[in-house]
Amino acid sequence: MFFIDAELIRLLAFVLGVIGFVALNAAYLVWLERKEAGHIQRRIGPKEVGPFGLLQPLADALKLMTKNLITPDGVDPILFKIAPILVMVPAIMSFVTLPFSDTLVARNLDVGLLAVFAFASINVLGLLLGAWGSRNKYAVISAARVVSQNVAYEIPMLVIIVTLVMITGTLNLHEIVTLQTGGFWHWNVLKFSASPLMPVAFIIFFICMLAETNRAPFDMAEAESELVAGAFTEYPGMGFGVFFMGEYANIVVGTSLATILFLGGWDCPLGLFPGVHWFLIKMYALIFVVIWIRWTYPRTTFYGLLNLSWKILIPVAFFNLILTSAMLKVF
Amino acid sequence: MNAFAPNPTNETFVLNLGPQHPATHGVLRIKLVMDGEYVVEAEPVLGYIHRMHEKMGENRTWAQFMPNTGRMDYLHALAYNHNFACIVERAAGIEVPERAEFIRVITSELNRISSHLLWFGAFILDLGGFSPLLYAFDDREQILDLLETVTGSRLTYCYFRFGGVYNDIDENFEAGARAFVARMRERMPMYHALVTKNIILMKRLTDIGHVPAEMCRKYGATGPVARGAGIDFDVRKHEPFSIYPRFDFDIPVYHEADSMARYMVRMDEIEQSLRIIEQALGAMPEGPVMAEKVPKTLKPPKGDYYHAVETARGSFGIRAVSDGTNTPWRLKLRTPSYSNLIVFGEAARGMLLPDALALLGSLDLVIPEIDR
Repeated sequence: MFFIDAELIRLLAFVLGVIGFVALNAAYLVWLERKEAGHIQRRIGPKEVGPFGLLQPLADALKLMTKNLITPDGVDPILFKIAPILVMVPAIMSFVTLPFSDTLVARNLDVGLLAVFAFASINVLGLLLGAWGSRNKYAVISAARVVSQNVAYEIPMLVIIVTLVMITGTLNLHEIVTLQTGGFWHWNVLKFSASPLMPVAFIIFFICMLAETNRAPFDMAEAESELVAGAFTEYPGMGFGVFFMGEYANIVVGTSLATILFLGGWDCPLGLFPGVHWFLIKMYALIFVVIWIRWTYPRTTFYGLLNLSWKILIPVAFFNLILTSAMLKVF
Repeated sequence: MNAFAPNPTNETFVLNLGPQHPATHGVLRIKLVMDGEYVVEAEPVLGYIHRMHEKMGENRTWAQFMPNTGRMDYLHALAYNHNFACIVERAAGIEVPERAEFIRVITSELNRISSHLLWFGAFILDLGGFSPLLYAFDDREQILDLLETVTGSRLTYCYFRFGGVYNDIDENFEAGARAFVARMRERMPMYHALVTKNIILMKRLTDIGHVPAEMCRKYGATGPVARGAGIDFDVRKHEPFSIYPRFDFDIPVYHEADSMARYMVRMDEIEQSLRIIEQALGAMPEGPVMAEKVPKTLKPPKGDYYHAVETARGSFGIRAVSDGTNTPWRLKLRTPSYSNLIVFGEAARGMLLPDALALLGSLDLVIPEIDR
């Protein structure tokens, strides 16, 4: 009898699961964003398509998919078409190493944290290629902004990560969470024994995450009132749609990382009934905050954004690094 | 302030901002010569929706031109109505009943607030903040509903007539206007707390987008642009028309000349307009709203007339030359946004693109009024 390797089935299940999770999230985060924006702006948001407008993402996707995929004159067709995929795929790849619960992880890599950051940096490349390939001045300005923004914000983020790795002594995401289990006072965000600045480190990480995912108030890539649609100006239909989904997938990755690194992953705040539900609750709470910020603040300027990173976040992050290493050595 | 070495690399490109661009609020095109994100030169290109209003005025009777006035500055249409009514009344020597004057002031000031509210929302939208727009529209909706009950329209009003207004206001309107004044007084602190004191907004507007007083004089900029630069000039106070001298109100003047000053001028003007409305509602006399002896075919005597009013954007003047017939011989419209826009070319030089667009937004342009 034909026998299928159990590992193969597991792999297949995880591939489908991860892709399904990303697609579902990308679709329903749009719904969540529109609903939340609606309530922040004292309106209802989508309500016509399905109960509470829950079928709205399907209608949106259908609309985008039925649109003609125009390749404008003068664009570089290969770069133009490959760019959305380059944004989407690394975001999905990142999920491979993310532990959702004690047992729910596709690949428990020892360098999981490093892998996530390696994948995350491809996202910028995708935006840059798409903007460059679309031969549009607004897109090129946007691409230049995105690249320098990402360079500026990757530094404080990685300094924070180095601090965390020093505290936990591992790059394995699963182990990082395991070290935090047993109630909220064990979480890295409140690990005052390692450094009194851990909440600040979390805030810096969160700000950098907003900047890395091009979310408001750092949405320089789109900046619709300045650059029309920024890097996506020339993209029609689903080309734009894939960029859009990639953006939301990146938000999910970013908030998941914040949950894993600082908020104890699947751990319950009171140490009871840990599980995937706690992971999801924390992640969606963070996503809620991300959307909340988007609809509350105006956009910063580009130099204001770079100033924030170079003059405030990086010095504070480095100070935290030195403080942590000193405290680890002393205690 | 941005330290800026003009064109250090000598490599520039031309960026066509518009005619369809989210930040130009209409079909305005600005030709920008850019060095990276720095604006080296900015040249507004006009004429995309020119409709020949001045020429149209010469081809129809005085009364027939009244609807045109509401279609130039669609955000403060009643001030345009007011100016045209005033100039014809001045030319033909028509006395306007007191009640009509009060109604004109109340509706016109309500309209000014609605214009400022729309600008407020759209300006924050230019800066990337979406939510205040909908809050401002919520308030603006109250005004539009009120004005709809008396004027019959919501945007391009044609409410004033030579010698009065077309429709008397009723107690519902008065009660609604009073309720609106109370409501708006409650809302203003909220706007200041949520938007004006927002750290990102303050950083984006303070000390950025300087339009100094000399530049305003050079290009003839008026209204909040000039008042934000320290020029204390408001037609309502300094060339009084209608019954404005009877009311106690202040002209907000700021001396910083930056985008924040222009923002603050408009926000303060909303409060001053509320004061005017409140006083006018309190002192409203009874009586007719139309002068009795207005000839059916109006033939103002031969002459050269000028009248100006203060619109939400600045001083709007009409020069009308009458040859004694029932059509104007010449109508020249001096619209405020036109002069305010031309400032942009000089003021935006050396700025970063996002700051230049914040400056453009702070000028509060209405394109159909520029291309009248």
